[in-house]
Amino acid sequence: MAEPAIAAATSAEPLWGRAVEAWRWGRHNLDDPVGPLLAEHVLLSYASVLIGLALAVPLGVLCVRFRAFYAPVLGSVNALYAVPSLALFFLLLPYTAFSPWTAIIPLALYTLAILVPNVVDGLDQVPHHVRQAAVAMGFGPLRRLLRVELPVAVPVIIAGLRVASVATISMVSVASLVGLGGLGGIILTYGFARDFAAPVVVGIALSVALAFATDGLLVLAQRALTPWARDRGPARRRGRAARRRAADTTAARAGEGAAA
Amino acid sequence: MSLLADVASWFAQPEQWSGPGGIPVRFAEHLYYSLLALLAAAVIAIPVGLLTGHTGRGGFAAISLANFARALPTIGVLTLVVLGMGLGLVPVLVALVALAVPPVLVNTYEGVRGVDPQLTDAARGMGMRGREVLWSLEIPMAMPLILLGLRTAAIQVVSTATIAAYVGIGGLGRFIVDGQSQQIIEQILGGALLVVLLALAVTTLFALLRRRVIAPGLRARSAASPAN
Repeated sequence: MAEPAIAAATSAEPLWGRAVEAWRWGRHNLDDPVGPLLAEHVLLSYASVLIGLALAVPLGVLCVRFRAFYAPVLGSVNALYAVPSLALFFLLLPYTAFSPWTAIIPLALYTLAILVPNVVDGLDQVPHHVRQAAVAMGFGPLRRLLRVELPVAVPVIIAGLRVASVATISMVSVASLVGLGGLGGIILTYGFARDFAAPVVVGIALSVALAFATDGLLVLAQRALTPWARDRGPARRRGRAARRRAADTTAARAGEGAAA
Repeated sequence: MSLLADVASWFAQPEQWSGPGGIPVRFAEHLYYSLLALLAAAVIAIPVGLLTGHTGRGGFAAISLANFARALPTIGVLTLVVLGMGLGLVPVLVALVALAVPPVLVNTYEGVRGVDPQLTDAARGMGMRGREVLWSLEIPMAMPLILLGLRTAAIQVVSTATIAAYVGIGGLGRFIVDGQSQQIIEQILGGALLVVLLALAVTTLFALLRRRVIAPGLRARSAASPAN
């Protein structure tokens, strides 16, 4: 029953036919290349972003404490960001061979260009009175950083993580040119090398889906890590929006008055 | 460090500086693809960002589209277009434009959207029409963010244009790819260094552009808060 319907769709609509072909190829090859390569993609991208975060937080803290560091640190992470990933993968190959590190080290370094400024901005946005309250409660510098400043900075840091994770997940595929790109392997080995579009579509679709799923996870993580925003957030936001609307109408009325 | 000396001697070889495979030609190719892609992305993304930001309609759709494009793997887009229409300039341009549109689109939209409603009210109160508000208020106010988006896109494009070498149309990626296949480390490093230099030139160019394009009254504020 379903077969002729699909065949008809294939002949009628080439784009839909491509999608059906890709879906079938993906289903058929789920166990062999698709599943393991998706898992590799998750491993490479998540490890890179987590290592990047582990480097960016201390670097960001350092830049906030010693402001003079910030410009040179920012300059170097931005210059690093401009190095083509292909070149970094090739340059690491003699040292790390075909281990995951060949992909993870460059990708983790790239995330710094996004994460370090966000950590610094997040810490900068901690209100002065909050810091003072922590000092008044007897918090030392380290405890204040870990228990007050970093938690307050979480929304800005997670905003950076969202950008970094999407960028990393889409960039992992480039590493398939040195043989470890997760879903990029499907795209090149099964698609490009065999002149077959279905695996390419599957690789792109799964990569995009993984990026969106990760983004969703980070939004959930932010909700879990900032319970104060969740408890009072919506009500307060609604209140703020209502206030802004009221202000807008007052402004508009004032404008009318002036025009009249 | 001997590696540094190797790279320096690679740059010093006279054959790197002439012929169709020399640094000047590869550099020009790289610059040409990057400029073309950035221009195409700007032509697509800036009007859409301005329109959605100005009217407030379709903003969600535009941002969702940008997020989708951000998630696309460049290698996948490149391969798909190559399978569809063969090797050449078009697949590289499509892949680079897909890379460059999101930052330009999002920053343009946010820039226009972020203009204080009191200012647009004042402009309308002074008798400006919608188009005048856009041209003489919203675009100048959004300019710092638009330039930031263009700069981000330009750096990503310059760095990613190395993949042009994989579809046989040269660019600085040629040095990186050939260096790898012939195992000449200093050539990989040299190619990478040239790309970084181009990116630094882009950064400098945008710093100069900022000074010329941004309205004087906005400079102090935009310098104080470069992030959005």
